[in-house]
Amino acid sequence: MSEHEFKGLIGQPLDRVEGPLKVSGRATYAADWRGDKPHLIGFIVESPVAKGRIVSIDTKAAEACAGVEAVVTHENTPKQIPFGERAKGGRFAQSHAMMRTDAIRHLGYPVALVVAQTFEQARHAASLVRCEIAAEDGVFNPEKHEDQAVKPDELDGTPEVDTEAGDFEAEYGKAAHQVEGEFHTPSQHAAAMEPHATVAQWDGDKLTVHMSIQILGDGRKAFANTFDIDPEDVRIVSPYIGGGFGSKLGVHNEAILAAHGAKLTGKPVRIAQHRRNVFSNGPHRPRHRQRLKLGADANGKIVAIDHATLSIMARDYPFAEAAASPTRASYATKAMRTSHRVVEGDIPKADSMRAPGEAVGTLTFESMIDELAHSCGVDPVEFRVRNEPEKDPHSGKPFSTRKMRRCLQEGAEKFGWKGPVSRREGDWLIGHGMAAAIRPNLMQEAEAEIELSTDGHLTVRLDMTDIGTGTYTILTQIAAEAMGVAPEHVTVKLGDTDFPETCGSGGSFGAGSTGTAVFEAAKALKDDLLKRAAKADSEWKGTNSKELRIDGANIALGNRSLPIAQLGDGSGGISAKGAAKPGKEYKTMAQYSYGAQFAEVAVDAVTGEIRLRRLTGVFDAGLILNEKTARSQLMGGMIFGIGAALMEESLMDERYGAFMNRDLAEYHVAVNRDVPRLDVHMIEGFDENSNPLGSKGIGELGICGAGPAIANAVFAATGHRVRKFPIHMEDLLEHLPAIG
Amino acid sequence: MHPLRLTVNGTPHDLKIDPRVSLLDLLRENLAMTGSKKGCDHGQCGACTVIVNGRRINSCLSLAVAHEGDEVTTIEGMADGEALSPLQAAFVKHDAFQCGYCTPGQICSATALLDELKRGEPSVVTKEKVELIDEEIRERMSGNLCRCGAYNNIVDAIMEVAEART
Ligand code: FES
Ligand code: FES
Repeated sequence: MSEHEFKGLIGQPLDRVEGPLKVSGRATYAADWRGDKPHLIGFIVESPVAKGRIVSIDTKAAEACAGVEAVVTHENTPKQIPFGERAKGGRFAQSHAMMRTDAIRHLGYPVALVVAQTFEQARHAASLVRCEIAAEDGVFNPEKHEDQAVKPDELDGTPEVDTEAGDFEAEYGKAAHQVEGEFHTPSQHAAAMEPHATVAQWDGDKLTVHMSIQILGDGRKAFANTFDIDPEDVRIVSPYIGGGFGSKLGVHNEAILAAHGAKLTGKPVRIAQHRRNVFSNGPHRPRHRQRLKLGADANGKIVAIDHATLSIMARDYPFAEAAASPTRASYATKAMRTSHRVVEGDIPKADSMRAPGEAVGTLTFESMIDELAHSCGVDPVEFRVRNEPEKDPHSGKPFSTRKMRRCLQEGAEKFGWKGPVSRREGDWLIGHGMAAAIRPNLMQEAEAEIELSTDGHLTVRLDMTDIGTGTYTILTQIAAEAMGVAPEHVTVKLGDTDFPETCGSGGSFGAGSTGTAVFEAAKALKDDLLKRAAKADSEWKGTNSKELRIDGANIALGNRSLPIAQLGDGSGGISAKGAAKPGKEYKTMAQYSYGAQFAEVAVDAVTGEIRLRRLTGVFDAGLILNEKTARSQLMGGMIFGIGAALMEESLMDERYGAFMNRDLAEYHVAVNRDVPRLDVHMIEGFDENSNPLGSKGIGELGICGAGPAIANAVFAATGHRVRKFPIHMEDLLEHLPAIG
Repeated sequence: MHPLRLTVNGTPHDLKIDPRVSLLDLLRENLAMTGSKKGCDHGQCGACTVIVNGRRINSCLSLAVAHEGDEVTTIEGMADGEALSPLQAAFVKHDAFQCGYCTPGQICSATALLDELKRGEPSVVTKEKVELIDEEIRERMSGNLCRCGAYNNIVDAIMEVAEART
């Protein structure tokens, strides 16, 4: 056990504090919010073509329908800044203008919004809108348009798009073992169970939106940059979010449209995207082609790594997924080359989905490492241990804490790893595979406020969100431990831009960053309380605030005690603020979370059907803030990994740029019966370089390594390497044993 | 407008509704009971699961007018005041949800499932007779998607309540 000062609530498997609300249907998600005025309902009319200009649009029949209050088109939208402008604050904050002109941005792009008194009225009237579009050819498949590929300006926040160290060609040329392969990973949709939803309401120039969004601060800027208003005039409320996984980092189409509808009608307008809308009016993970070349010497030491990716991004929406970036920090090597190219396309927004970069990058890279281990004749676990880097192979910086070896070794032990086993049980071919997991550990700026009432209750406020990540619970634990109270004396309020601004939920930085802000706020409150106490009673002078606690309606320290009511100015509670920002250790060190995953699959020897039987994951994520919610989050990540390996792909009809499987019957996510008992282990730790809590990001770690472990197990079972994801039974059919 | 009489969580309602309204939208919009969730509106996710006359259904796939005289139980009808039902409490204890959006549907589904088990109704994985095993719960809960991936914990929660009942 690493030494740290947290001996109380932090880390405990506390039940989710908002659990009773969620299990009784009382947690209010965006589309559940009602307010005091009745809402009008908006229904989106989508473009059937991906690129072109609206020649004419006929809304008369729709307008004549009972209950219809407005039909919004490009002809009557309020003033907007062009889409993509004001991009200084990044893609989430840029203008997200909708229907500003007659131009169609992608298939499914809104050409009209029908606003009516009821959902049924709006949906029917929407079916009567007629729109004539002069269609143009679009770009949908980056490989077909590789001649248009460019080097993006940056990779989702990482400035290094390409890297080159050592002489790759020379090292690869003389490597005793060489493997190379071209992989394809598909477009994917986060498919959170809650479709994107917004209720918008204008009050003069002031806009209030209840919506489902992960980063409120950026969302506020997006509305301000779209409508050319002051961010202070935008209030976003988002207390509960029905899953995000990156798809709700920013504002999406219904949010801006709801504001349009509200402006035109002068009434609150609610739009809940239909599930089919979500596939084009929400974001998706872009498709990739990934080329890998790896070389190792005769001793099974990696000497050369080359990882080159080609992907696609939506026009005026700068997101290039960093698929080759995890490769840079994975293994020691003599030479390494990574590159990313993108083609701008006429597609819905390509954007972050859980573990952007790592999820698809490690899927292919860890498959290739498996091939290299095979080629070297070295056990895949031993191969990875042998190639563990002592410092970051890319930057040369030291790692903060890196317990990859322990993850690998403990994982092998827990799983009962005996190499990439393959055996036959009746009609089932059984295979074992494993892979390493790595995900950057990030820290962002955040502020929080904590208020102590005279009866000893603490209220914590910040605009952070809980997207299922357990934020309400861990922040309760942090505040309670810092102030020495039981969790029931703490109320955490989230998801409102009236509260101090944070980085929100994303990039696995939420817990560490906002947890630190709350921790610092509690420290500041204690200092302040002590100062007030010393003023009220000289006995308190010279004491240390660290030991201060709240005891009922008193503050207490050792055997001293003072009523809180005597400390304030009589106007109510006493409050303090705290802030967090990344320390210099984020510049001087390479910071990651780690893991190792082990899978057993069974492949039907006749049909090629693949069944996951076991999945074991061992993770190193510093101090675990809540053992229960952390385990759940890791399991959720592992299940995304199962989906990536075996199920999930958004298929595009490249003649039209249309995602074809736009619903949950055809976009396959793992269901209960697809998921065996998951075996999850967390290595105890405390990373003092990460933040004062010693925690590291966990929300995206579980997905890393799970997919390639399964793919490597499929290889072990069948002897066939599939270089496209997801792996389907038809990919294996020709490679199954002869029948009879 | 079409007349409709039905009972929701024991309360009778006498309504006049647009015949196009689904049972889910009736609950969420007309009755302002937003506990039941809309995840797909197409019978593909289970978020809208409610119990009608003792059986679980996807309320988005059913027109409200087809429920004349029916007894509907929703997530709002599970707890007894502040006292959670055994399944609700087990969901909290086993962390059988993360974002909570699928949860009302999961709990309604699981509540009806316990009765199906009691009645000995077989599923596709049942061999001789219904046994209380993981596989049986996983199969029967596969119509309720959970993108957060709380599946293992959902099985644990249901198992605990099912075992206490036998
Ligand atoms: S909303 Fe009814 S099944 Fe999805
Ligand atoms: S708890 Fe989020 S979808 Fe199930």
